[in-house]
Amino acid sequence: MAHAPRNPALVPGVSRFSRSQSYAKAALFKKKKQAAKSKAAAPAATKTKTVGGAKNGKSRAVLAAKAPRFYAAEDAPVPKVTRKTIRPVALRSSITPGTVLIVLSGKFAGKRVVFLKQLASGLLLVTGPFKVNGVPLRRINQAYVIATSTKVDLSGVKVDEKFNDDYFKRAKEGKKQATEEELFEAGKKQPTAEHRVADQKQVDKAILAAVKKTPYLKAYLNSSFSLSKGQFPHLLRF
Amino acid sequence: MVFSRFVEVGRVVLITYGPDAGKLAVIVDIIDHSRVLVDGPTTGVERQAISFKRATLTDLKVKVPRTLGTPALAKALEKQDLAGQWKKTAWAKKIESRTLRAQSSDFDRFKLMIARRKVG
Repeated sequence: MAHAPRNPALVPGVSRFSRSQSYAKAALFKKKKQAAKSKAAAPAATKTKTVGGAKNGKSRAVLAAKAPRFYAAEDAPVPKVTRKTIRPVALRSSITPGTVLIVLSGKFAGKRVVFLKQLASGLLLVTGPFKVNGVPLRRINQAYVIATSTKVDLSGVKVDEKFNDDYFKRAKEGKKQATEEELFEAGKKQPTAEHRVADQKQVDKAILAAVKKTPYLKAYLNSSFSLSKGQFPHLLRF
Repeated sequence: MVFSRFVEVGRVVLITYGPDAGKLAVIVDIIDHSRVLVDGPTTGVERQAISFKRATLTDLKVKVPRTLGTPALAKALEKQDLAGQWKKTAWAKKIESRTLRAQSSDFDRFKLMIARRKVG
């Protein structure tokens, strides 16, 4: 914060100290005087050009930079310079690999799931495990999650690098002429891709082993969260 | 109905409001009809005048003379085992279970639910 004025006004127009006193207080004489930088000589605004013709005086001073021939009648809008930068999403400190999360929205709202890792997009990679509560490997925004204090020990478990944001991208299908057969089968569920099923099993295997080490933890993951009478989420500890 | 908790020197009070809320203190002297001088060297309560708006009387009483100094009071409370006596009361047990319940985690609550189901 700036300090109070060294020379406050007693009444408007009359200051507390005289000119010499305030000079002594400001102590400007103690400061080293800096030599004024000699400005680089400005480039010459005009240059001389030789001109032919007897009556033209041989040479003439011409502006070095030509004035523009066209001036826009209206100002073109200039886009504002953005000073924001995209920064990686900070993970909530209560969420670490192995933390049991309560999902708050979407198809799996109320389910308790295990957190595996944060992806580059900032989304959380979670798994049910699928065998326990039917939640597959899935991405969730941390805003839609309650972190509990319960942790599954995942110290020996390594999550494959291939589970990144691209892994969850949907394959785009080109437009096709619908055949009669396809139209009637549209409502039918597509079977899950085989490599997904295999990945799920492979990831869950180690997690299931860790879950089984703690009694009741499997049943806890299987159960879903809900508030009962007299429970207020802001007063609960998770 | 006969009263059994009196405002008297040596009566243990439970502070219910302010920075010392939840702590026990002992009446050392009586100031007037609504305020007393309390001290709680074993529970971290400084010697102070306190109104009965901020404290309630308990059934406990310790034997101490009037206006006993803080170090001597601490010794007397240790000797008469105030903490142990308080722990045995239903009041203290109720407070303890309430804090335990408030601090239980989501997993703890689930385990409690399972245990309760087993009892039937």
